Amino acid sequence: MTTRFTTDHEWVRLEGDVAFIGITQYATEQLGDVISVELPDVGKSFKKGDEIAVVDSVKTAAEVYAPVSGEVIEINDGIEDAPQIVNDEPQGGGWFVKLKIADKGELDGLMDEAAYAKHIG
Amino acid sequence: MADTADLLKTPLYDLHVELGARMVEFAGYAMPVQYPAGIMAEHLHTRELAGLFDVSHMGQAHITGDEAALEALITADLSVLGAGEQKYTLLLNAEGGIMDDLMVSRPFGADGGIFAVVNAGTKGKDFAHMRAGFAGRATLAELSDRALLALQGPAAAAVFTGLVPEAAKLVFMQCGVFTLDGVEIYASRSGYTGEDGFEISIPADKAERIARLLLSDERVKPIGLGARDSLRLEAGLCLYGHDMDEGRTPAEAALTWAIAKVRRERADFPGAAKILKQIADGPAQKRVGIKPHDKSPAREGAEIVHNGEVVGIVTSGGFGPSFGAPVAMGYVRADLAKPGTALELMVRGKARAAEVASLPFTPHRFYRG
Repeated sequence: MTTRFTTDHEWVRLEGDVAFIGITQYATEQLGDVISVELPDVGKSFKKGDEIAVVDSVKTAAEVYAPVSGEVIEINDGIEDAPQIVNDEPQGGGWFVKLKIADKGELDGLMDEAAYAKHIG
Repeated sequence: MADTADLLKTPLYDLHVELGARMVEFAGYAMPVQYPAGIMAEHLHTRELAGLFDVSHMGQAHITGDEAALEALITADLSVLGAGEQKYTLLLNAEGGIMDDLMVSRPFGADGGIFAVVNAGTKGKDFAHMRAGFAGRATLAELSDRALLALQGPAAAAVFTGLVPEAAKLVFMQCGVFTLDGVEIYASRSGYTGEDGFEISIPADKAERIARLLLSDERVKPIGLGARDSLRLEAGLCLYGHDMDEGRTPAEAALTWAIAKVRRERADFPGAAKILKQIADGPAQKRVGIKPHDKSPAREGAEIVHNGEVVGIVTSGGFGPSFGAPVAMGYVRADLAKPGTALELMVRGKARAAEVASLPFTPHRFYRG
């Protein structure tokens, strides 16, 4: 399954109806060492563009926006205990939430890997 | 990288870029905020071995003439500042507000005048204020042809005295003129990280050579402004423009220790009447350390709440890599300044539990002999 990207440096990867969401390698490089992540509650629904999480690094805090609409079906508890996973594996083990996607059509508005690479220049 | 084309550069700019630093604007200068290792690793390395900081953006000056003219503007007793000694002091405005914090020292001996180091963002204002106050009785020469390095951490002494054996006689807040690799330097045993270490003033055209020499020791790593900030915050040290400014007095900033006893007795420093009254009666607000209980750091500007009422503001906040948790400093209503007092911090619209904490968060390791 291909991964899609937002201009705000979130990524989303669809597996069936489940959208894995996290932040990109580029985002973690800009933030520096991640020290905590505030994740939403399971069961909560978000619209595309809503603030869904907040990442704190040593230096700063950054909001994370839902790349697609949907309901949170799972959060990655592992990164609450070991937030450095976000730096080490931002697009793997450092995922934030799984959303039950409401409208797969929303993915069409997002960038593919090549477009995102161009976006971050 | 930020667009640094229009910014001032220190003599080490090219070296920072070569070392892979991320350069940012700070007080009009292009400065390294971090190197590839990152803030966390740089912070921990400084506490474990030694970090090299470029602080050449700070203002260096040589002040000669009637020292009473300088003393009248600051809180130190210069009559007891002996040859080879250094003091932390405050430059105050007429109302007792803090214009800057600075180091004054006598590296050149008893008759050689005062060497002063002031903050980068305030140096123009500081020097103009001093010159105006001196009214011709004393002279201030800005040493803009000198760079300033700080070597900090438990291995700093071994590294530095390996190159400058005579510096081994220095204890915390002592200074002198030395030779390092054939270059005349002014060095003091001081710094702003809570660690043992040295601040080293070097002719600008020799700074890169000396920096490379220090970095050639495997115990020494370059450290950026990001870790400098987290180190000084853990050490409970004030950052000018954040934890203190012209709107705060030394009594509010918990810096009355920087007002010499004899100066209090003579009540002859700027704003003395107001500050001495605050010391006697207690100021309305006071700077304290704050330990958030939450994992999310409270950053500068976060409101401090007690029983639903706003009682202060966070002036520095972040994560303390050595402390292993978020740390902060801020001002609270004076009756709430006691360590252990429960507070709440407003972070992203949510009140989060915290408590007043003793400073420093990590113990100072200054070398006192």
